[in-house]
Amino acid sequence: MRVALEGLCRSFPGVRAVQDVSLDYEPGRLYALVGENGAGKSTLMHLLYGMLPPDAGRILVDGRPVRLAGSQDAIRLGIGMVHQHFMLVDTLTAAENVVLGAEPGRWGRLDREAARAAVRADGERFGLAVDPDAPLESLSVGEAQRVEILKVLYRGASFLIFDEPTGVLTPQEARGLFAILRRLRDEGKTVVLISHKLDEVLAVAETIDVMRRGRHVGRLAREEADAERLARMMVGREVLLRVEKPPAAPGPPVLEARGLGLARRPGRAELADVSFTLRRGEVLGIAGVEGNGQRELAALVTGLLRPDAGELRLDGRSLAGLTPRRARDLGIRHVPEDRQRTGLVLDMSLRENLILGEEGGPAAGRAGVILPGRVATLARRRVSEYDVRVADTRQSARSLSGGNQQKLVLARELDGDPRLLVACHPTRGVDVGAIEYIHRTLLAKRARGLAVLLFSSELSELLALSDRIGVLYRGRLTAVLDADAVDEETLGLYITGARGVERA
Amino acid sequence: MPSPRWRRALSAAGEAVWPPAAALGLSFAIGAAIVAAIDENPLRVLPLIFAPGLGSADGFARVLFDATPLILTGLSVAYAFRAGLFNIGGEGQLYAGAFLAAWTALALPGLPRPVALPLAVLAAAAGGALWGAIPGWLKARFGVHEVINTIMMNFLAVGLTGWLLERFLQEPGQMIPHTPEIPAAYQLQPFAQGPGGAWLGLDRANPLGASLLVALAAAVAVGLVFRRGVEGYRLRAVGLSPAAARYGGIGVGGVTVRAMAVSGALAGLVGVHEVLLYRHRFLDNFSSGLGFLGIAVALMGKNHPLGIVLAALLFGFLNTGALEIDIFTQVPRELVVVLQALIILLVVSFGELALWRRRRRRREEAA
Repeated sequence: MRVALEGLCRSFPGVRAVQDVSLDYEPGRLYALVGENGAGKSTLMHLLYGMLPPDAGRILVDGRPVRLAGSQDAIRLGIGMVHQHFMLVDTLTAAENVVLGAEPGRWGRLDREAARAAVRADGERFGLAVDPDAPLESLSVGEAQRVEILKVLYRGASFLIFDEPTGVLTPQEARGLFAILRRLRDEGKTVVLISHKLDEVLAVAETIDVMRRGRHVGRLAREEADAERLARMMVGREVLLRVEKPPAAPGPPVLEARGLGLARRPGRAELADVSFTLRRGEVLGIAGVEGNGQRELAALVTGLLRPDAGELRLDGRSLAGLTPRRARDLGIRHVPEDRQRTGLVLDMSLRENLILGEEGGPAAGRAGVILPGRVATLARRRVSEYDVRVADTRQSARSLSGGNQQKLVLARELDGDPRLLVACHPTRGVDVGAIEYIHRTLLAKRARGLAVLLFSSELSELLALSDRIGVLYRGRLTAVLDADAVDEETLGLYITGARGVERA
Repeated sequence: MPSPRWRRALSAAGEAVWPPAAALGLSFAIGAAIVAAIDENPLRVLPLIFAPGLGSADGFARVLFDATPLILTGLSVAYAFRAGLFNIGGEGQLYAGAFLAAWTALALPGLPRPVALPLAVLAAAAGGALWGAIPGWLKARFGVHEVINTIMMNFLAVGLTGWLLERFLQEPGQMIPHTPEIPAAYQLQPFAQGPGGAWLGLDRANPLGASLLVALAAAVAVGLVFRRGVEGYRLRAVGLSPAAARYGGIGVGGVTVRAMAVSGALAGLVGVHEVLLYRHRFLDNFSSGLGFLGIAVALMGKNHPLGIVLAALLFGFLNTGALEIDIFTQVPRELVVVLQALIILLVVSFGELALWRRRRRRREEAA
């Protein structure tokens, strides 16, 4: 199936999200569409998937213009979309999820055997092995994504759009996904991967389209593309993909963990005997495959959880009985891993978000009353100092792009020279321009004496920012390595438990 | 040319106002059809609803009297809702408040008026606050859903006050159980019997009194807390995103308990209206769903104090108009109940519609 977009335009109030974009897609090839957040990639694909009508331009399938009044029309034509957030029902089995909405059977009876057979057949053909009878809630994220792909294939898609598919995956799962994408291509499907992660685009795509501010700024064959060139096209200027890290000048210990332990509970990993020291002006990275206790360790240091064993000390004083409020008062700040759920109140304005945690303090008002003038001044200063790009601080946080939302969190958490920052995946899902900014900001604060406990699933990020890297494996700190002495390969061995476990 | 700031404020106001306004219009249109079906002239009947309230100062004062408890219960619902809590327990909280006010008055008969009155008002608020704080605490501590436990607290309040009344406070030889009259030091007199009553054009029997001022003061106070208070900020943060509030250092449990306590206190102040002003005693089973009507008032008023006052006024009009319709037309007074139900139903539906439109627009903007 050959798909062509001709002069597509789409505006929203105040934004020209897609301007005059023309692209054509040939069958049996693997495309990528890259661009910063807000560059118009998703809008473009929503136009193609029938979820939005274009203001101008047309879509041709096999040379014939088509009108898409909704995603149902797109599905009928063989266009399918794998969403970043899965559209699946937790309590149904994999097979039931796959056929949901297009169930085989008659007279209201679901033909389960036919559903299972379909899942097995497609699974075999495309390398998407999933147990058809497994309830969805028992599957890993990677497996759930395979169910989502099977669902799209079951509806007869021959043109598949993947919207930021690796955002939720571990590096291993991402590699598995890439193999699936290649297999789909080999079977004659057209695959479009929407992404802003340059390394994965370069690893898998054959043809790369770049968008910037609503416009298509170029198409490169894989051979012509490299990370610097793509970043330059996306951002429109030179981007430092790796920031300069001056040598550390660590001072006295700020945070000391001694034998921290946390019992396993449903939905919570355990920690056992975690000890480390974090010094002033130092970045301690924590590496590990998701679910090995990183989240729990961050929660202990920020007062969201209390340890069952061991203790934490800040500047030599015990942190027993720590609460989030007290942690904040002591100068411990937190960039949580999920800025949309825990970092920001999305439906509050930027101003309101910038005083979260300080709402009762002198920065926001006095005697239980919030003074809007004071808040506005504070917000304007923080927004400009931390490069949050907005027209008006009364806007809701929801209206910002991912990178700007993250900078908003940083502006709140870093302002006023805190003692310690617990940064969890500070650049997850943000674009290259914002990553560069966030990395530079963290290193600048480190130079001024901030101690940073950095959690990240991106090994390259850990290596770029950390002075030392601790490895969490099954709740134990199995190694603390000098960041200059390791590379990604070695770290990969540690986080999968192939190395370092004997120590624990 | 209005400035962008004004235009934004206007469009926000328009967005808030159209669902209730449209609901009101459509309800009356359906009401008109019902009236026509009973072979009466809608153009004669429907204006009658508003005739007594708008016809004289005395009539309007009666509307205000009926609106007073609804302002309080409406505020109560809105206050809890600000923190994302659905307080269905207004009914129980107002029983607790009214009972504690009456009991305080009967237990301390000798107090001078300047002490007695504020004490009774506080007792009404405290009774309601206690009855709200308990489900708030259960929610914060054990995660029990507040809808369930506030409903249970309603049954408990009606039953418990009824039992306490019979056991300790009942005036003997009455058909409907009630307490003796509270001491004069605790009684609020209607405006009509005060010096300005005749000047205001009120009938001697007009019941309107100072409880209205209490309700209006409460509305202003709630508005200030919402707009400017640190507590108002915390309520909103917890209501919009408990997880982000917790990560930010806000004690979500504490906010929950306080929100429910204040919500209960607002409902409890209905005791000032019912006991101190109107009846001068606690009467078993006195409230015919004032607490539940508060949910409708808050919905109609979009959880905004000014909107709540206006919505309570509307319900006050409907109440006073019911009598008029009964007397002067063939239409049963239940028409007013039907109208009330329609308004509530349609406000909710139109509200959902507005929300849905807003979400769609937001989604399009985000895409």
